[in-house]
Amino acid sequence: MEFALSEDQRMLQDSLKGVLSEAAHLDRIRKIAAGETGEAAALDAALIEFGLSALMVPEAAGGLGLGALDACLVQEALGYDVAPSRFLATAVAAKVFAGKPETLGAIAGGEAKFALALTELCSRRDGAGAELKGGKLSGKSLLAQSVDGATHILLADTAGTLHSVAAGKAKITVMQTIDRTRIFHELAFDGAEPLVSVTPDAETLAFARLLVAADTLGAAQAMIDKAVAYSRERQQFGRVIGSFQAVKHMCAEMAAKLEPARALIWHAAHALDIGDAEGPMMATLAKAHLSEVGTFVARTATEVHGGMGFTDLVGLHYWYKRIGVNRQLLGSPEQARETAAQLQGLVV
Amino acid sequence: MKLTLDPQYEAFRAEVSDTLAKNAHLAPTSEDKGYKNARRIAWQKLLIANGLAARTIPREYGGYGAEPDILKSRIIAEEFARSAIPGPMAGQGISMLVPTLLELGTQAQKQAYIRPTIEGEMIWCQGYSEPGAGSDLAAVRTSAVEDGDHYVINGSKIWTSTAKQADMIFCLVRTDPAAKKHEGITYITFPMTTPGIEVRPLVDMTGSANFNEVFFTDVRVPRSGVIFAPNKGWHVANATLTHERGMLGDPNATKARLLELITLMKAETVNGQRLMDNPVLRDRLMKLQGEVYAMQANGLRITTSRLQGQPAGLAGLVVKLQGCDLNHEIARLAIDALGELGILYEEGEHLRADGNWQWRYMYDLGLIIGGGTAQIQKNIIAERGLDMPREPKLAKA
Repeated sequence: MEFALSEDQRMLQDSLKGVLSEAAHLDRIRKIAAGETGEAAALDAALIEFGLSALMVPEAAGGLGLGALDACLVQEALGYDVAPSRFLATAVAAKVFAGKPETLGAIAGGEAKFALALTELCSRRDGAGAELKGGKLSGKSLLAQSVDGATHILLADTAGTLHSVAAGKAKITVMQTIDRTRIFHELAFDGAEPLVSVTPDAETLAFARLLVAADTLGAAQAMIDKAVAYSRERQQFGRVIGSFQAVKHMCAEMAAKLEPARALIWHAAHALDIGDAEGPMMATLAKAHLSEVGTFVARTATEVHGGMGFTDLVGLHYWYKRIGVNRQLLGSPEQARETAAQLQGLVV
Repeated sequence: MKLTLDPQYEAFRAEVSDTLAKNAHLAPTSEDKGYKNARRIAWQKLLIANGLAARTIPREYGGYGAEPDILKSRIIAEEFARSAIPGPMAGQGISMLVPTLLELGTQAQKQAYIRPTIEGEMIWCQGYSEPGAGSDLAAVRTSAVEDGDHYVINGSKIWTSTAKQADMIFCLVRTDPAAKKHEGITYITFPMTTPGIEVRPLVDMTGSANFNEVFFTDVRVPRSGVIFAPNKGWHVANATLTHERGMLGDPNATKARLLELITLMKAETVNGQRLMDNPVLRDRLMKLQGEVYAMQANGLRITTSRLQGQPAGLAGLVVKLQGCDLNHEIARLAIDALGELGILYEEGEHLRADGNWQWRYMYDLGLIIGGGTAQIQKNIIAERGLDMPREPKLAKA
C-alpha cells in the first residue's frame, strides 16, 4: 500500500511550478487582468511549450497518457499561481473524446484548442441552453471558459449530450466576473453543426469538478503560505503578529482544514484513475468540500494580512477571487452535494 | 499510488479472519462486564497467543513477539471491525505505560509489569493533570520528598480515569522544586493500595463519573518505582503523550459513526417523510461526509508516511483537532435530525439509539478539551507544522 505521489508526479508538479514562477509571476497576472492580450499569449505559449496540451491524451493518440491524479497536480499548480490556462478544458475534452482518435490527435498536436461550455450540464437558466434539432445546435451557453483563442468548443446541449463545435460557429459576448484573469463568455449558436458528439457518463462532470477543486486547493495553499509569511514579518505592539495566538490559531485552522482536503483530492483522483465505482461520488464531494474550505481560507488569509489584504497593493485579491469563482463554477457546493447524494443512492 | 495490498498481506488477512471465526464462540459478550472478568482475560490471552493483541511486544514480557508491521496491525484492526468480534483490551496501561516501559524501563520493571498489564490482570491509571496543571502540564505541584529508599507524596491529581479500578498508577510528581519547571519532575509508578490515597469520582456533564480526583496524603512509595531517572519525568511523559494523541480522532471510528447516522436518517420518519428526504438535513449530512472522506484519506497518508519511516508532518498534527471536532458535529446533526426526540436521554419508550447521540455530543466535547485542548492543538499546528514563532515568554515579576 502506498498513498503518496510518485517520483514522476512530484517532478511533474515541481517542474511546472518552476515554469509558472517565471511565466505567471504577479506582474504578468496584473497585466493579464488589465486586458493586455500579449501577456496572456506569452503565458499560454510557455504552458504549450511545457506540453500541457498533450498531457492527458492517451499515448496511442500521440499524448502522454497521464491520469486524473496527474491532472489534479497540474491544475493545483496553476491555481497556486492564479495562472489562467486552457488546461482544464483540454483535459476534459481529452477524456470526453477518448474514443475519437482524430480529435485526440488534434488536441495533442495543439491544432485543436478547446473551450469549455458545460454550465448547462449543471445549471440551465431561463433562455439558456443549446438545443439539438435536426442535427444542428441553436441557443445559448453561459460562462464558457477559455474561449479566447479556442478553435473548438466542448458544448453540452439541453439533453446532456456533449458536442465538439467549431469555435467560429459561436457568437461570443464577454461575461464580466470578479475574476479578471480568466475571461468567461456567453456563446450563442444558430444552427451550428456539431463535428463530433458523445453521450457523457457521470464521470465527465465529476472529473471537471475535481479539477476545479484542485485549482482551489492550489490557490488556497498559496494564500496560507502568504499569510504565514506575512505574519512572520509584520510587526505590531513590538512583536511579529505571527507570535500572537489569535493569528496563529487562524493559520492553524486554515492548515487543519486544507491538509486533509489535499488527501481527499488525491483519493478521489486515484479512485477515478482505477475505475473505482465510488470515484465520481468522491470527486463530486471533493468539489463541494474544497469550495467550503477554500472560502474559509480565502477569508481568513485575507484577514491575517489586515488592511493590506483588502488592498490591490499585495494582490491577494486575485487568489480570493479565483477561489470565489471556482466555488460557483460547475455548480455551487449545495448542488455538488446533492449530486454526490444521488450518486450514492441517498435520494429516492 | 497503490491502495491495494500485496498477496502476502491478503493471505494474512484471510488467516486473521479465519482465526477470529474459529474462536468467536469464546469471545466475551455483553454479560461479561467489568475489569478482570475471567472470560475477558481468557479472551485477551487467546488473542495474544494468536498474535492478534500485544503483537509486537517481546515474548519474554508476555507478548507475541512479532516484528512491527503497520499493515498487519491495520489488517487486524479492520478484521475485528468487520466481524464485530470484541477486540483486544485497551486502557492507559496497555496503550501508554507499556510502550513507555519498553522504551525507557529497567529490565526488572519490564518483567514485573508488562505481562500482567497486557493480559488484563493489572489495571493502571494515569496521574498527570492537576487542578493547577491542565494545558500547562509541566506545572505539576504534587510533591515527592526523598526519605531513605522511599518518596513521600503529597498533592492531588484530576481527570484520572479508571482510578477506582486501578491496581497501579503512573504519575508525574515534583521531586526538585528548585529546578526549572520541566527539570524537576519525576515519572513514578506505585500501587493504588498504598495508604494515604483517596479516590473521589468526578461526575461530568454526561451524568456519569468517567473520571476521578485522586488525593495523596503522606503516601510512602519505593524509589524503585521511578521510570528512567529522577527529574527526567518530562522526557518520559512526552514519550507517552505521543501515544495518547495518536488514539484520539481515529478516522475509521468517525466513518463508522457517519454510517450509523446515514442508517438513522434512512430509517426514521417525521410527518411520513424520511429524515434523508429532508433536503436541508441531507445537505448537512453530505457536508460532513466530505469531511469524513478527507480525514480518511488523510489517515492513508499518515499510514504511508509511517510505512516509509517518514514524519507525517501537518497531516499528522491535525488529526486530534479535526477528528474530535468532526465526531462532535456528527452527533450534533443526529440530534438535530431527531428533532424533538433528540433531547431524550438514558431511558424511555421513545429513546433512539439508547440516547447515545446525546451522550456522544457531551462526551465528545470532553475529548475536544482533553488530551491537549483544541487551542493547544492549534498552537502545535502553527508552531511545529507552519513554523510560526512561539509565544514570547513573559519576564518574571
